[in-house]
Amino acid sequence: MASATANAASKPASPSFGRRLESCIHALLIGCAAISIFTTVGIVLVLLVESLQFFRDVSIVEFLTGTKWTPLLSPKHYGILPLVCGTMLVAGGSALIAIPLGLGTAVYLSEYASPTVRDVVKPLLEVLAGIPSVVYGYLAVVVVSPIVRAVLPSAGLFNAVNACVVVGIMILPMIVSLSEDVLRSVPRSLREGGYALGANKFDVTVGIVIPAAFSGVVASFLLAISRAIGETMAVSLAAGRTPKMTLDPRESVQTMTSYIVQVSQGDTPADSPEYRAIFAVGLALFVLTLAMNLVAQWILRRVREQYE
Amino acid sequence: MSLAEHTNGRPYAKAASKLFAAACGGCTLLCVLTLLFLLWNILAYGWGLLSWDFLTSFPSRFPEKSGIYGSLIGSLYLIGLTALFAVPVGVGAAIYLEEFAPPSRWRSFVQTNIANLAGVPSIVYGILGLGLFVRSLGLGRSVVAGALTLSLVVLPIVILASQEALRAVPRSIRQASFALGATQWQTVWHQLLPAATPGIMTGVILALSRALGEAAPLVALGTATYVGFVPTLSTLWQDDFSAMPMQIFTWTEEPKKVFHEIAAAGIVVLLTVLIAMNAVAVLIRHRFSKRLSW
Repeated sequence: MASATANAASKPASPSFGRRLESCIHALLIGCAAISIFTTVGIVLVLLVESLQFFRDVSIVEFLTGTKWTPLLSPKHYGILPLVCGTMLVAGGSALIAIPLGLGTAVYLSEYASPTVRDVVKPLLEVLAGIPSVVYGYLAVVVVSPIVRAVLPSAGLFNAVNACVVVGIMILPMIVSLSEDVLRSVPRSLREGGYALGANKFDVTVGIVIPAAFSGVVASFLLAISRAIGETMAVSLAAGRTPKMTLDPRESVQTMTSYIVQVSQGDTPADSPEYRAIFAVGLALFVLTLAMNLVAQWILRRVREQYE
Repeated sequence: MSLAEHTNGRPYAKAASKLFAAACGGCTLLCVLTLLFLLWNILAYGWGLLSWDFLTSFPSRFPEKSGIYGSLIGSLYLIGLTALFAVPVGVGAAIYLEEFAPPSRWRSFVQTNIANLAGVPSIVYGILGLGLFVRSLGLGRSVVAGALTLSLVVLPIVILASQEALRAVPRSIRQASFALGATQWQTVWHQLLPAATPGIMTGVILALSRALGEAAPLVALGTATYVGFVPTLSTLWQDDFSAMPMQIFTWTEEPKKVFHEIAAAGIVVLLTVLIAMNAVAVLIRHRFSKRLSW
């Protein structure tokens, strides 16, 4: 490719070749960008087509409002609410762990830490973010579960607390780095205005910086929770596989993602409704995470405009 | 600072301020300690089982004979092919968005779409791969189907990192190139891409690290958890394969404790490959940043 362009440049006698090459490349690059559009279209099409098949067997009202999810037992029930409940239990619990810890760390890194500490801590958090999800699943089973059962003796081997702890650790780096970015983008003049009025560091941080960055910080929480909702491997290893409507974190629950894993792993026939249910569950998962991401991005874009 | 600690009328203000600083510092310390605790646990469980035999044996029902060879080679093929698919397309899309597309509604639509794709759970990509590559294109549970799916998972990462790298190249480089009569593409190929390579490479390695650790899309594709052979170049699009995260997942699911130790050893191998890849990225960045200076 390099020699072709070089030739075109050195031979002004054939400008049409150069120009044709240029427009070929332009078209090729448009194609590359279009692949991202096709991906979205592909996801929506695959999920919709297979879900419509599924909704021929199961009524959409039962799917959305039923409180029993037993596709692999008989009698079969396809109410997605227990899976949604399990998903929300895990996402909510992990947010309870990750939000205070993550916001505290972000405030420390942005307002208090010396450059040296920042340079050490930020790469370490990147390591935390780079650990694969299946490794967190292993840690949930081998390390976290014994600790949880020692503290809460009534908890089973697989329980929602396990999942909350590891997913909380997983989404922590995301909250820290996004929130820290927003906190740091608060203009210096606001802080100095506070100090000029006699506020101390605490007053400035809690009374000025955090409120000024509030919407951006909330957006980082939304992105992190959406990540927790879509988290798969760690949750299906840690939380067990019992779909139920409970908010008791000591119990074993099943999330939307871990149902998809369970069916994909088993030998369920591909043309059965219990298999097609993974597409309907996938569609629900896609819509839920997409909505949260869109809101978060909208907030972040507004924050960026505000301080630029 | 002395003015900032003015406490007139609020006797506890100073103490509260100190306490808050300590609490925030404590959060940070807790994050770092958690990381060290987790890594130490993996090493402590897995180190004892690491051996040459572990690296060169196939998985087995008997824990003492089990090894990671099949899925290690499978993973290497997988990320190799993922790089082959995702890097040209990702960099191409980034060049288009940064250098060719005029600011328009179409461009911001593509850009929003990419940001959304980055947030789609990876298992949903697995379902897409199942419908599109495994079934419609008839690729089965092959390495090629897995790599195509993972390419879609990491594409947003490659695009966003490459865009940022291109944006960091000073405007003057483009203007100088155009002033000498270079076309748009000649400017991109001879000036911008070499200058942006360190940034692009960082993004590519980040993307491939993600691809190496992803298990969820592979589970949805129905990737095998036990194979007694390694993929070969001539049968990449038909034979079953396994990958390290799948293997670790299977071992962790086993109720027997011995298999958990094997899983830990597998994780050590996986993390070693991850660290090696990131070291390569650092080296490349270092080399390129020395050659180019503005």
